[in-house]
Amino acid sequence: MSVTILELDGLSKSFDKQSAVSDVSISVQKGEFIALMGPSGCGKTTTLRMIAGLDAPTEGQIRIWGRDVSQDAPWRRDTPLVWQSYALFPFMSVRRNVEFGLKQRGMIAKDRTVKADEWLERMGIAAFAERMPHQLSGGQRQRVALARALATEPELLLLDEPLSALDPHLKVSMQTELVRLHRELGITFVCVTHSHSEAFAMADRVVIMDKGTVQQIGAPQQIHRRADNRFVAEFLGASNILDVKVLYADASGVAADSAIGRLSTQAPALKPVQVGEALSLVVAMDRVEIARSLSGAVNQVPGRIAMMEVMGASITAIVETEGGVTLRSQLSSRDIESNPLAVGDTVVASWDPASAYFVAH
Amino acid sequence: MTKRTGSIGDTLTLLSLRGWAFIVFAFIFAPIVSMAAFSFNADRFPSLPWAGFSLTWYEQVFADPMIRRGLVNSLLVALAVAPLSTAIGFLAAYVDHRFQFVGKRLYMALASLPPTVPVVIMGVAMLTFQGRIGLSGTLFGIIAAHVVISAPFAMVLIRMRLAELGPDIEAAAWNLGAGPWATLREVVIPFCAPAILASIFITAAVSFDEFMIAWFISGQNETLPVRVLALLQGQVSPRINAIGTLVFTTSMLLVILAQALAFRSKAGRR
Repeated sequence: MSVTILELDGLSKSFDKQSAVSDVSISVQKGEFIALMGPSGCGKTTTLRMIAGLDAPTEGQIRIWGRDVSQDAPWRRDTPLVWQSYALFPFMSVRRNVEFGLKQRGMIAKDRTVKADEWLERMGIAAFAERMPHQLSGGQRQRVALARALATEPELLLLDEPLSALDPHLKVSMQTELVRLHRELGITFVCVTHSHSEAFAMADRVVIMDKGTVQQIGAPQQIHRRADNRFVAEFLGASNILDVKVLYADASGVAADSAIGRLSTQAPALKPVQVGEALSLVVAMDRVEIARSLSGAVNQVPGRIAMMEVMGASITAIVETEGGVTLRSQLSSRDIESNPLAVGDTVVASWDPASAYFVAH
Repeated sequence: MTKRTGSIGDTLTLLSLRGWAFIVFAFIFAPIVSMAAFSFNADRFPSLPWAGFSLTWYEQVFADPMIRRGLVNSLLVALAVAPLSTAIGFLAAYVDHRFQFVGKRLYMALASLPPTVPVVIMGVAMLTFQGRIGLSGTLFGIIAAHVVISAPFAMVLIRMRLAELGPDIEAAAWNLGAGPWATLREVVIPFCAPAILASIFITAAVSFDEFMIAWFISGQNETLPVRVLALLQGQVSPRINAIGTLVFTTSMLLVILAQALAFRSKAGRR
């Protein structure tokens, strides 16, 4: 199954000596949906533009089907891009926009109209074939941009923030549609996004970038379960991150000292750790439980509820501990019904040592 | 505050503003209107009362072989200047839009320079230079000189349009397999079409009206404005009114066409 279609090998790019992307290596399998994700300025868009040939790498190779294309002009690559701005040709009708790529491949007028109309039909915008781009809504333009990029039946489709310009209610439906389209076509999607909800909902694998470098590559669940480093854990924003100092470490786990007492994990450290080393302990917010009293188990932290944040069906209890550290516990509304909590309550926050892990400080 | 409510003071302000605008426009257009009016006057002297409608002066204008030749020369020159200077203006604007290079500001300054040079100096310079290379006194000489002064107008118009193109559109064409030439042909030029047409009309108007340089270098091949001066120096004839009206109408038509095109292209997008 796994056939590599796209390989980025030690890819670097600097603009005026300012490094935008440095030493990025990613290998993408045929038919995979890959999301490049990170804060703005992390180099994800530059990476995508280099794949399309719109920016030239300073160092490294881009291989498509094993062939180095990094010196090829953009018009010699078959890497259509769905632009964040859509970049539709404003003076051409929707149909002629979709025909554009076919025309460049020398397809005769009659055939390309047939082909374009097929794609417009498929994207549900056949009724707008004669319209000009400025007469369309954002969602319709997005579909035209997709049809235009897909009309030449590429094996690799690049998407630059495909949902960012859409209204919130359209985002979700377009997200579903992209996933469906990806499954139906069976081609490879490389999608840049700054939103982890988008990336995690759509992609088979997510590449998290920061300051031009890859921080972690993995399946959404895998990244969610275990961040490779503190940046990823912070960027995902769903975990408590505590500063700790290692007390002892062995194959069964690590124990460490922190401002809120002694904490331990059952997962072994990813890298060997030294006694006395400063590390960060990561505990997913939804793994933190709230009890009324101490029970004698490990990782029990007494505190007081400082705030309750309601976000739809989930509620985050913010617990101020005696050590001055704030812990967040994500609870469902059902948890709250069975165990009502109020601001000011004295509680004990705890978590299973198997669900916490250490990352480098 | 809605438009309807307003005191007497507001009304007075509005009225006096309108009056002021009217006076300004009257001041500008009165000579032109009176010229046009007297060009149809049967009396040979431009004085009131009006002596009756007549096309005599137009008939005389078209009967005069010198004026006819001037008109033909002017039209030929304008016809050649418009596409030439538009093409040069387009290329200058596209180079500015497409490429980054050292000395770009100097390049842009030089490209926009010609209309800022006093025309007398330009005329003398053209006369000496063209005299040396044997171009002086020919229609080609006038065409060359007019291309020099009108190309910057074309460049400015087209540059404004290119600024609206957005950085992604050309890259999108490359991304879909169009090389630089195909992109220029199928994306950039069609996108600029309204500005290109507008600049064809504007440069034609600039050339058609241009007097000073043509006066220096035209020699025997007089253009219409040069012929008008020769006529004026000889005698005051109502034919001048007729020619003036023709020239004014032609230029205005060209400018209005250019404006309409430029405006339509703006209103159509986004």
